[in-house]
Amino acid sequence: MRVGLVCPYTWEVPGGVQQHVGDLAEALIGLGHRVSVLAPCDEGAGEALPPHVVSAGRAVPVPYNGSVARLAFGVRAAARVRRWLREGAFDVLHVHEPAAPSLSLLACWAAEGPIVATFHTSNPRSRAMAASAPALRTALEKISGRIAVSEAARRTLVEHLGGDAVLIPNGVAVHRFAAAEPLPGWPGPGGAIGFLGRLDEPRKGLRVLLEAFARLGRERPGLRLLVAGPGDAEQARAALPAGLRANLVALGRVSEADKARAYRSVDLFCAPNLGGESFGIVLTEAMSAGAPVLASDIPAFRSVLGGGRAGELFGTGDPADLAARAAALLDAPERRSGLSRAAQEAVRAYDWRTVAADVVRVYETVQPAGASAVAADGGTGG
Amino acid sequence: MAVWAAWAALGLLAVVLVSFYVSWRAGRLDRLHTRLETAWAALDAALSRRAAVVQEFSAGPWVEPASAVLLADAAGAARRAGDAGASGAERELAESDLSRTLRAVLEEPGLAADCPGGQAALREVEAAAKRVLLARRFHNDAVAHTRQARSRRLVRVLRLAGGAPLPEFFEIDDEPPRIPGSFGAL
Repeated sequence: MRVGLVCPYTWEVPGGVQQHVGDLAEALIGLGHRVSVLAPCDEGAGEALPPHVVSAGRAVPVPYNGSVARLAFGVRAAARVRRWLREGAFDVLHVHEPAAPSLSLLACWAAEGPIVATFHTSNPRSRAMAASAPALRTALEKISGRIAVSEAARRTLVEHLGGDAVLIPNGVAVHRFAAAEPLPGWPGPGGAIGFLGRLDEPRKGLRVLLEAFARLGRERPGLRLLVAGPGDAEQARAALPAGLRANLVALGRVSEADKARAYRSVDLFCAPNLGGESFGIVLTEAMSAGAPVLASDIPAFRSVLGGGRAGELFGTGDPADLAARAAALLDAPERRSGLSRAAQEAVRAYDWRTVAADVVRVYETVQPAGASAVAADGGTGG
Repeated sequence: MAVWAAWAALGLLAVVLVSFYVSWRAGRLDRLHTRLETAWAALDAALSRRAAVVQEFSAGPWVEPASAVLLADAAGAARRAGDAGASGAERELAESDLSRTLRAVLEEPGLAADCPGGQAALREVEAAAKRVLLARRFHNDAVAHTRQARSRRLVRVLRLAGGAPLPEFFEIDDEPPRIPGSFGAL
């Protein structure tokens, strides 16, 4: 199938939508489809771009939705969209975040034929979306298959634009995590436990882990705690007994690449969250990296870990239980490698390949065999 | 004289602008109706395919006779209710019943586990059931947008929709079976 993907935000700027479009494109290509991605790109980015990405020119910073966003709009952008549509002769056009006033909206406006759209925003009180709904209606009416990446995104969409959408969550780029190198010197002879998330967000449960680490540290002076995520590391350190403070290593906010390396650097990855997680993206990433997982027993984690088969669960908010189970796991390398294998098996359900197969099913539904391909209209944009 | 000519020209311009606007609105509505037709065709095809695949599955060596009868009966009823692309309450009931039967029968652990070809056939049923969910969402989405557009005053007063009947939502239980060991969010 020839698929045209449109990303509304500048390709080189890191962001959730860009990441999603890039991963989806790679997964679709892996499934044997022909993919072209249209996105705003910085000048002179030509060589650095993957071969399937086409630049739509530079995005312009403009105030939108309460902040300054870099968007592509105007006559020249519209002309580039039309040319890309004509040259691509796609079977399906798949736009992302079409409610944002950028390339995706222009593509909806200019194209005729099977159009699929993915909605990422989950903001129940999106003033921008509410105010612009009438102006968007004509272009968005052409979309024949709508996808939301989360239940919250689906609610936002239904509230502002009516209609309905199917839910297909983000995937995990399993191979990227599985191939990462551990950080130099980790996990080290004394063993290491990992944590990822905001340090000062109580619901992420770092407190519980610190209390458990204080207990573990009494018998294992060489055990280290690797902590990645924004927040005040000194405050976290202060919660530990003086003798153990040097064993806490904080990486601060990490890049995607370093995050993958951090998961690979520990003997045991701990997710002590107290609740409020709807899916557990952190867990699926750790599982992709093959880290043995010890997580609190909240419904989202229980479901991702297959009820405890692909990772061990401990009583939510219970440092004593956490410490006991962590100690048992640290002493049982075979059990850990068993968990690691089970995790890598279970995480395949969240892999981009699986998600992309679901997306292809959407393409097939809106584009019955033999139906006409996507065309660019005459230019009046009715 | 010149004043009259100016007024006439202005009036003509107004008529042209209004007719452009009306024809644009009519074109929009026309496109919505086309989208609706395509969406219904896709849903009708997905429903027929599901019934056919289930019927085929029920005839295979991988199901014991009790399950086979349940599946064949539900698929047959759905097929008869949907003959000639009918919509309507009768078909909705039959299709919902088929969804419930599929969940009751296919969610049994160990089904078709150690029979060659069984897993592949099971996956095919699952895929057909998921297709129904997708096609119905997209169809009802198109219905919602069309109904909204047709409720506009201009559309009603000028009868821009012509004689086309107001589209109806297709309301069924389409929750696909959760088959043990299968992947994907849909």
